[in-house]
Amino acid sequence: MSALQERIAAARSEGRAALIAYLPVGYPDVDTSIAAMVAAVEGGAGAGGVGGADIVEIGVPYSDPGMDGPVIQEAVDVAVRAGVGMADVLRAVTAVAAAGAVPVVMSYWNPIERYGVDRFADDLAAAGGAGAITPDLIPDEAGAWLAASDRVGLDRVFLVAPSSTDARLAATVAACRGFVYAASTMGVTGSRATVGDAAERLVARTRAAAGEPPVCVGLGVSTGDQAAEVAGFADGVIVGSAYVRRLLDGHGADGVRSLSAELAEGVRRAKVQA
Amino acid sequence: MTLSAHAPAPDVPDATASGEWPDATGHFGVFGGRFVPEALIAALDELTAAYEAMRVDPAFLDEFARLQRDYTGRPSPITEVPKFAEHCGGARVLLKREDLNHTGSHKINNVLGQALLTKRIGKTRVIAETGAGQHGVATATAAALMGLSCTVYMGEEDTRRQALNVARMRLLGAEVIPVTTGSRTLKDAINEAFRDWVTNVETTNYVFGTVAGPHPFPMMVRDFQRVIGDEARAQLLEREQRLPDVVLACVGGGSNAIGIFTAFVPDEAVRLVGLEAGGDGVDTGRHAATITGGDPGVLHGARSYLLQDDNGQTVESHSISAGLDYPGVGPEHAFLHDIGRAEYRPVTDAEAMEAFALLCRTEGIIPAIESAHALAGAMVVGRELGPDALLLVNLSGRGDKDVETASAWFDLADRTAPTDSDERAVEAGRGGEPGPGLDTDQHATEGAVSNDRAVAGQDAGEQA
Repeated sequence: MSALQERIAAARSEGRAALIAYLPVGYPDVDTSIAAMVAAVEGGAGAGGVGGADIVEIGVPYSDPGMDGPVIQEAVDVAVRAGVGMADVLRAVTAVAAAGAVPVVMSYWNPIERYGVDRFADDLAAAGGAGAITPDLIPDEAGAWLAASDRVGLDRVFLVAPSSTDARLAATVAACRGFVYAASTMGVTGSRATVGDAAERLVARTRAAAGEPPVCVGLGVSTGDQAAEVAGFADGVIVGSAYVRRLLDGHGADGVRSLSAELAEGVRRAKVQA
Repeated sequence: MTLSAHAPAPDVPDATASGEWPDATGHFGVFGGRFVPEALIAALDELTAAYEAMRVDPAFLDEFARLQRDYTGRPSPITEVPKFAEHCGGARVLLKREDLNHTGSHKINNVLGQALLTKRIGKTRVIAETGAGQHGVATATAAALMGLSCTVYMGEEDTRRQALNVARMRLLGAEVIPVTTGSRTLKDAINEAFRDWVTNVETTNYVFGTVAGPHPFPMMVRDFQRVIGDEARAQLLEREQRLPDVVLACVGGGSNAIGIFTAFVPDEAVRLVGLEAGGDGVDTGRHAATITGGDPGVLHGARSYLLQDDNGQTVESHSISAGLDYPGVGPEHAFLHDIGRAEYRPVTDAEAMEAFALLCRTEGIIPAIESAHALAGAMVVGRELGPDALLLVNLSGRGDKDVETASAWFDLADRTAPTDSDERAVEAGRGGEPGPGLDTDQHATEGAVSNDRAVAGQDAGEQA
């Protein structure tokens, strides 16, 4: 079984959804961003709480992040200008694995293609990464990545959206390994007042098409209450912009840690449907 | 009549019979495709299906032809420019006059097609990106004509360089949103337009301005622009009884170049030359010559050549021409380059401005600075080929929008007081000295009344 799927199954056996934290490498600088990832994994563990993120999405900075809203753009722009690259990303992968969470890389396609698809797969596996999430790569264009990830046994996570047809849901889910990323709404990353029931409908449709891989929901979740709501129908809750917001506001790793504690409590509050 | 690509010309063998492109999934060889979030795939599929139905629908073809004739003013004429050609090694130079289209450039050809498509799929709002503002103006125009609401994304940097076009778009009823992310130019305007589209896709169609982006845009925009080359080819055969030796066009994203190249692609004896923006020179790193100075990669939804660094980050491009200041290029150009069917050469800012000034002076035509890159290419290629050569140059737009830029470059402002254009000349690193290309001796036209004997404008009529 894949590393991601195994960790999500472990959360499920505790009667809860998994918490997945996204943070980009290099904001405000590489070392602080890695410290923030480790803090996201610790969560409330040091303060008598329930811990933090089960999985960390390690964001590769990219100059043209077409799927991201203003919060993530602002942070990533700083990292791009500082010249943060794949070597820094691989260092973060190792640190997250050492902290006890499952590291998965989140990258737009061009930085991976530029690095070399096979080289990326080899180096990511060697660093202890579980695989990659590719928001602008659809399985139809992913021949080289499907082959490389098969060759070294990495997970690969593609996205589904409320606008996906049933035929596309089936094809995309079939290409996924680890989990399926369900984009809760039509739009870009960022906090929203409500996550809405489009996400719940999409998870149900994806499960009908899928069967095996878990379905995790991202886009719009920022609070413990929203995490609890999403945990009621999804296998995992993905939070990105809210974590980045803590860093942009200058709260540093401590701000990330306390948010993780709140979200980890949230994903345990909901009763997961059997 | 259909819009099908590469219809074989009647009197030449079809060189592309076995190679019609793109394939069903939008690939030109290894280039093109769709590198977009899954959320947009349904909209792209809808657009592709609607376009495939529309392109063979006689009602659409009639309406499109009527608009091109009665609204745009097609066919655009061919103008021979013999005095300009004296600077092109004596080769004959013929211009395809897309500058005479309504709104002043070739951009209207594509926009009318996509606006009709928007109505056909029942959407009521269009969005567009724009660099120089020509595509934004064209989209705002078509939206006004067809009763669609319109939002145009434009890099904040470009809204300053092209303030006239911002005002034109607003006059036409469009909302213009200055983009302040990233490098604040065309590439960031495209990112912002995609973000709008993914959020509002139920009501909104993205009217893409060039032959880049995800499938079906490169194919669809090409088909709407191919009228340039279809007309020009027939016009040349009629007036010259022959095809040109070389067809030249400037290339940013590449829509005017694809527009004039497509009809000639099967004519293997006709050389196709794309002129890229060389900025300060390709070796300086400050340029927008994507094929000359870039590598294959993925940007804005397609695989093509792009300017990128070792981390795969898009590198900011530089050009005096806002319309060519783009670090990517359409995938069909990447393909034509790789199969050797077209060649791509860089033209520096200085070379383009020299050609710009020359066409103004010798022929009374103020070209867009974008199109001046193609004219500069003709000066080089003409000298290489000599007097027997027949060159066809796509004059893709007129230069009204560029008067301020040219004024700063040539230092034409009133010298009695420091002006904004002086500042820009200093910014451009020339310390207030005129840039190359201007005839600084101000030679009077032969046979004209000298300035000493002429009556100054403010006194005209006083002595009668």
